[in-house]
Amino acid sequence: MPLPWIVVFFPWAAAVVLMALPRLRLAAAVNLGASAVSLLLALLLVNMPDGEQGWTRVDALNQPLLLLSAIIGLTTSVYSYGQIEAKGFDPLRLRAYHGAYQVFMGAQALALLADNMGVMWVAIEIATMASVTMVAVHGTAAATEAAWKFFILCGVGIALALFGTVILYMAAQPVIGHGDVGLSWSALRAVASRCDPGLLNLAFVFLLVGYGTKAGLVPRHFWLPDAEAEGPVSISAVLSGLLLNAAMSAVLRAETIVRAHPGAIPPGPFLMALGLASVLLASFSLWRRRDVRRLFAWSSIQHMGLAAFAFGMGGAMGNLAGLLHLLGHSLTKSAVFFGVGMATRLKASQKIAAIGGLASSHPALGWSLVVAIAAVAGLPPFALFASEFLLLTEAVTRWWWLALPLGLGVFIAVAAKVNVVQQLCLGDATPDAIAPPGRLAFLTTLGPIWVHLLLALVLGAALPAGGAAMLARAAELLK
Amino acid sequence: MTYGQLPYDIAHLLGGAMLLLSFVLLYQRRVQAVINAFAMQGAVLAMAAAWQGAMQSAPELYLTALVAFTAKAVLIPLALRAIVRRLNLHRAVETALGIGASMMAGVAVVALAILVALPITTGARAIAREDLALALSVVLLGMLMMITRRNAISQVVGLMSLENGLVLAAVGVAGMPLVVELSTAALVLVVFVVAGVFVFQIRERFDSVDTGAFAANHGEDAFEPEPEEASTAPPGAPPAAQRGDAG
Repeated sequence: MPLPWIVVFFPWAAAVVLMALPRLRLAAAVNLGASAVSLLLALLLVNMPDGEQGWTRVDALNQPLLLLSAIIGLTTSVYSYGQIEAKGFDPLRLRAYHGAYQVFMGAQALALLADNMGVMWVAIEIATMASVTMVAVHGTAAATEAAWKFFILCGVGIALALFGTVILYMAAQPVIGHGDVGLSWSALRAVASRCDPGLLNLAFVFLLVGYGTKAGLVPRHFWLPDAEAEGPVSISAVLSGLLLNAAMSAVLRAETIVRAHPGAIPPGPFLMALGLASVLLASFSLWRRRDVRRLFAWSSIQHMGLAAFAFGMGGAMGNLAGLLHLLGHSLTKSAVFFGVGMATRLKASQKIAAIGGLASSHPALGWSLVVAIAAVAGLPPFALFASEFLLLTEAVTRWWWLALPLGLGVFIAVAAKVNVVQQLCLGDATPDAIAPPGRLAFLTTLGPIWVHLLLALVLGAALPAGGAAMLARAAELLK
Repeated sequence: MTYGQLPYDIAHLLGGAMLLLSFVLLYQRRVQAVINAFAMQGAVLAMAAAWQGAMQSAPELYLTALVAFTAKAVLIPLALRAIVRRLNLHRAVETALGIGASMMAGVAVVALAILVALPITTGARAIAREDLALALSVVLLGMLMMITRRNAISQVVGLMSLENGLVLAAVGVAGMPLVVELSTAALVLVVFVVAGVFVFQIRERFDSVDTGAFAANHGEDAFEPEPEEASTAPPGAPPAAQRGDAG
C-alpha cells in the first residue's frame, strides 16, 4: 500500500480500536500513541517525491499542511490526555469522542492528499460527520444546537460542493472522456483550457460556496462560532487548525483548475471579495464577544479571510503569504485554545468577565496565554506577523485602495485582541471555581502551547531552507 | 437526441416530475404530506437513474437506482414517520410561507436556474444541459424549502430533496466517474442527519422541533443580539407552543 494511503487508513484503524476501548486512561493513551505514529508517517511523507498514487497525490501543497495537521493532532491528543478525566464522559461518549477524533484525522488527511475531486469531497464529508459527532459529545442543549447548526449549514455546503464537482466533470467530459481520470485534479488542470468556460465558471461558484462554507468564509460562517464554543476544547483546536485548512485547500484546488482557462472569469477576485468581507465582519464582531471561545472562533473567520484574500491576489508572493498564514494560524490558534480551555476549566465559565488576572493567579498559564494571543494577533516575531506583512505589502503594491480596508480590519482585530489580553490575563484575578487540577493537567496544557509557539516562531523568523523551498514550490504550484 | 424521441422524452418526463414534486414539497403544510411527497420524489429519482442507466448502457446506474429506491422511497420515509409519531407531530400544521408566496418564489428560483444553466451550456449535448437546468432547479428549490421551513423535520426533508437534485445531475452526465460511490456517500450524509433527529429527539430536548426555539441557547448573554441568530431565528417567529402542534 502506498504511504499516503497508510497515512489515511492508519488513523481509521486506530478509530476502530478506540471505539472498542471502554477504559478512560487506556483509550486516551492509545489515542496519544496513534497520533504519535501518524506524526512519524507524516514525516516520512514529507520526504517523499511528488507523485500520484491512484486517487491520491503528494505535492508541495499538501506536504506542509499534512505535516502541520499531524503535529497538531499529536499535541491535541497530549492536551486531551491531561483533560479527559475532568470531562466525566460515560463510556459511550468516551468511545464516540476518541473514535470520531481519529476518523476526523484520517479524513482530513485524505482531503489534503486526494487527487480525485470526488474522493476529496467524500473525505470532507466524512470529516464533517466526525466533527459534528465531536461537537455534540457533551450532550448539553447548547452543544446539540451547535452541532445541528453546524450540520445543516455544512450539509448544504458540501451538497453544493458535490454539485460543483458534477458540473466540473460535465465541463471536462467532452475533452477528457470516461473513467476515473475525469475527476483527477492534475488531469482536469491539464485539459481545463480546452473545456467549456461557462460550465467552469458555474462549477467554481458552487465549489467556492460549498467548500467556502467549511472554510468559514463570510457569508456562510454562522456555524463556526457555535461549533468552536460548545464542543470539547480539543475539538476547537483541530477544527480551527485542520478542518479549515482542508476546506481551503479544496477551494484552492478548484481555483487552480478554473484559472487554467483564459476565457473563464478569473476566480481570484471572488476569493478576495469573500476574504475581505470575512476580515471586516469578523474584526468588528471581535469587539462584541463576551464568550472567550466565541471570540477566538471569530478570530478564525478573520484569519481565514486574510488567507483567502492572499490566495485571491495570487502570484508567488500572494500564495506564499496565504500558505504561511494558514500554517501560522493553525499553530497559534490551537495554542490559544489550549490555554483558554484550561482557563475556562479553572473558572468553570467561558465568559470573559469571569476569567481575569490569570497572570497573577496562575503565572505560567497566564503568561503563556499572553504570548499565544499576541502570536495569534499577528505581533512579531511569530509566523502571522510575517504572513500579514507579506500580504499587506503585496496588497499595497498591487491594489493600494484595497489595502486600506484590509489594513483597517487587521488593525481593529489586533486592538480587540490586545483588549482581551488585558481582560483575561492582566488586572485583578477572579476566584477559581474548582480546586487546582494536578500537575499533569498543567503540563499537558503548557507543553503543547510552547511547542506550537516555538514552531510559529521558527516559521516566522527563522524558516529553514528546506521549509522555505517547499513553501515556494507550493506557491509556484498554485500559480 | 432531441424532442420527439422516446428516450429523451422519458428522461425529461422523469426530471420534470421531480421538479413538480419539489413544488409540492414547497407548499405542503402537514408534516406527513411532506414525507409522502418526499417518498414519491425518491421513487421518481430511482426511475430516472434506472432510465439513464438504460440509455447510457451503464449498468452501475441500476445500483444507484436500487439504493435510491430502497433508502429514499421506503426506509427514510418510514423512519421519518416513526419520528413524527414519537414526537406526536402527525397533526402539526406548519406556518410556512403562504402557498402563493412560496409558488412565486419557487417559479423565480426555477427561472434563475434556467437563465443560469441554459446559456452557458450551449456547447453541451441538449439532454445534458436540460438535465442540468432541471437538477439545478431541484437543488435550489430544496434550499428554498430549507429557508422557508422552521420545523426540523421539514428542513431535513429540504436537505434530502436538495440531495435528490444532486443525484439527478450526477446520473444525467454520461460517463460520470464514481457516480455510484458519490451518490451513496451523499445518501450516508442524509441518513446521518435523520439519525441526528432521531437520536437527539430535538423536540424532547427543546420542547419543540422548531429550530427557532434554539435561539434561547446561543451561548452568550441574552440581551446581546447575535448576528448568527439571523440564520435560524428571524425576530417575531411564534413560539412553537402556541402553534397547536401538540396533536
